[in-house]
Amino acid sequence: MGRVRPQIAPWWRSVLGILAGRGFQALVVALVVGIVSFIMMQALPGDASYRIAAGRYGYDMMDAASAEIVRLELGLDRPWWMQLSTWLGELATFDLGRSHVYGSRVVDEVAKQLNYSLLLAGGAVVASLVIAIPVGIAAGMRPGGKIDHVSLALSIFLRAIPAFALGIVLVLVFAVQLGLMPVAGFRGLQHLVLPSLTLGLGLAAVSSRVVRDAVAEAMSAEWRLFSRTKGLTARRTVVSHVLRNASLPVVAYVGVQGAYLIEGVVIVETVFAWPGIGHSLVHAIFGRDVAMVQGTALALGLIYVGLNLVIDLVCRLIDPRSA
Amino acid sequence: MNAMAHDETSPMKQRLAISTSRMAGLLLFAALGGAAAFGPALVGHDPASQSLLDARQGPSAEHLLGTDHLGRDMAARLLSGARLSLGLALLSVVSAGIPGALLGVLAARSGGWTDRLLTAFADAVLALPGLLLVLMLAAIAPGSWWALYVGISLTLWVEYFRYTRQRARVVLAAPQVEASRMLGFGPSLILRRHLIPEIGPGLLTIAAFGAATAVTAVAALGFVSVGIRPPQAEWGVMMTELLPYWREAPWLILQPVAALVLTVLALHLSVGGMRRP
Repeated sequence: MGRVRPQIAPWWRSVLGILAGRGFQALVVALVVGIVSFIMMQALPGDASYRIAAGRYGYDMMDAASAEIVRLELGLDRPWWMQLSTWLGELATFDLGRSHVYGSRVVDEVAKQLNYSLLLAGGAVVASLVIAIPVGIAAGMRPGGKIDHVSLALSIFLRAIPAFALGIVLVLVFAVQLGLMPVAGFRGLQHLVLPSLTLGLGLAAVSSRVVRDAVAEAMSAEWRLFSRTKGLTARRTVVSHVLRNASLPVVAYVGVQGAYLIEGVVIVETVFAWPGIGHSLVHAIFGRDVAMVQGTALALGLIYVGLNLVIDLVCRLIDPRSA
Repeated sequence: MNAMAHDETSPMKQRLAISTSRMAGLLLFAALGGAAAFGPALVGHDPASQSLLDARQGPSAEHLLGTDHLGRDMAARLLSGARLSLGLALLSVVSAGIPGALLGVLAARSGGWTDRLLTAFADAVLALPGLLLVLMLAAIAPGSWWALYVGISLTLWVEYFRYTRQRARVVLAAPQVEASRMLGFGPSLILRRHLIPEIGPGLLTIAAFGAATAVTAVAALGFVSVGIRPPQAEWGVMMTELLPYWREAPWLILQPVAALVLTVLALHLSVGGMRRP
């Protein structure tokens, strides 16, 4: 035998592992959403064939014979497990059907709403960074100082406020008392301010502490002392060394907060009547529009998986040992 | 490797050391719990009885916290909501925590296919963001509290399971447990002497955060008209009902908001710190 080669797995193996794991998660999401939607459909009050016949022919034209035709045509007389497999088969071919309320295709509706939700999520992330980075840096430069204590107390308090309650408080303060911002709906960018501030503050409550910890650690590192010793000014040290080293955990953390954002979007959109996917999901549940429930929940779940996939890959890029 | 054989096992006493903020949290939670238990009887108003002539009054001797848009007593409604939220949270913490922890021990003890199946089920629950899952399960039977309760418990048990499984694997493989076994002690002593002191404090922390999550979820779903329905006095439902009167009577909508925030804050503070184990 010649040289002993070090046992390092090739890079593509870990990437493939990540892809396979998240692909499986996406499958589970589709299965859970599909099955729950199917149960929701079965749990609707009344006979489904009468309901669909009424929707097709109008309540006046519908009778037992037309309901029977619908029942045979859609196979509603088959056992539940055959109906479920048909349902999941349609899901697997991305046939999400039509909204029972609007009559339009679910895919089109979801695509339209997704733009608004992504805009809101983007606004929230920007707001959280604008708040968390200065606060976290100021607190981390002097751990145990006044700014550190005050920002810790604020962070604990903000974390205890659910996003929709915070939204209500912000509306009361800014829109009603001060008359500064529009309250609800979407007719321009100023409508984006309050909803994204609501979600952004919730995100910043945690991420400001992450920035603070990272900066505090970087400030006490030996290489910082060295860069000062070799003649860099304090300001230059912070800008080119401390912040750069502190940025990695922060970037990773923005991704971790994806679950908070998705949950937040669902509820906060309702507070501000934001025409996004979360608002639509809640409306569809209220109106028993099962096709829309399935489409929007599937979209939110798959975005969650996709976000996790991106985080995995970025972590793998930053630190190849982690995968 | 997450199985750290030389993990520093700090004793229960040390981890449950009481700081000022934790004391404040515990006292606040005790006060809220007491109010939820005894308050409705003390207020002497029916949370559902309306009196349109007395609508949207400020605080008075008759109505301590004023009245809402239908003239219902706010104090009675807030306390009734507290009883509902805390009761549902307690119920779901118990019915998520006990099976979660037991299954965690089971998975750690048996290993093999039992472990794999349970872990796969837990991962399936975690595949969706928690609130989304609760929302969908609650949507199967909108307006019923049991769908809410089942959804919340089904989402929350995973945390107990994962934590217990991971810790129990470490503890059961530790030399002192092996020594106990070789001395002939049975599983009940190993559970009492080794496992419970080790995982107890962590489970309490998870329970407090889980209760906070449950209270928040009940209010959030009530607020978006998917959970508890009016005329039931529930904090989220009250927020929806009082939102239209924010201009004329902002103090009314702020009351359920404050009740919710205080409850979550008390639960967070009572276990000290912001991080889950």
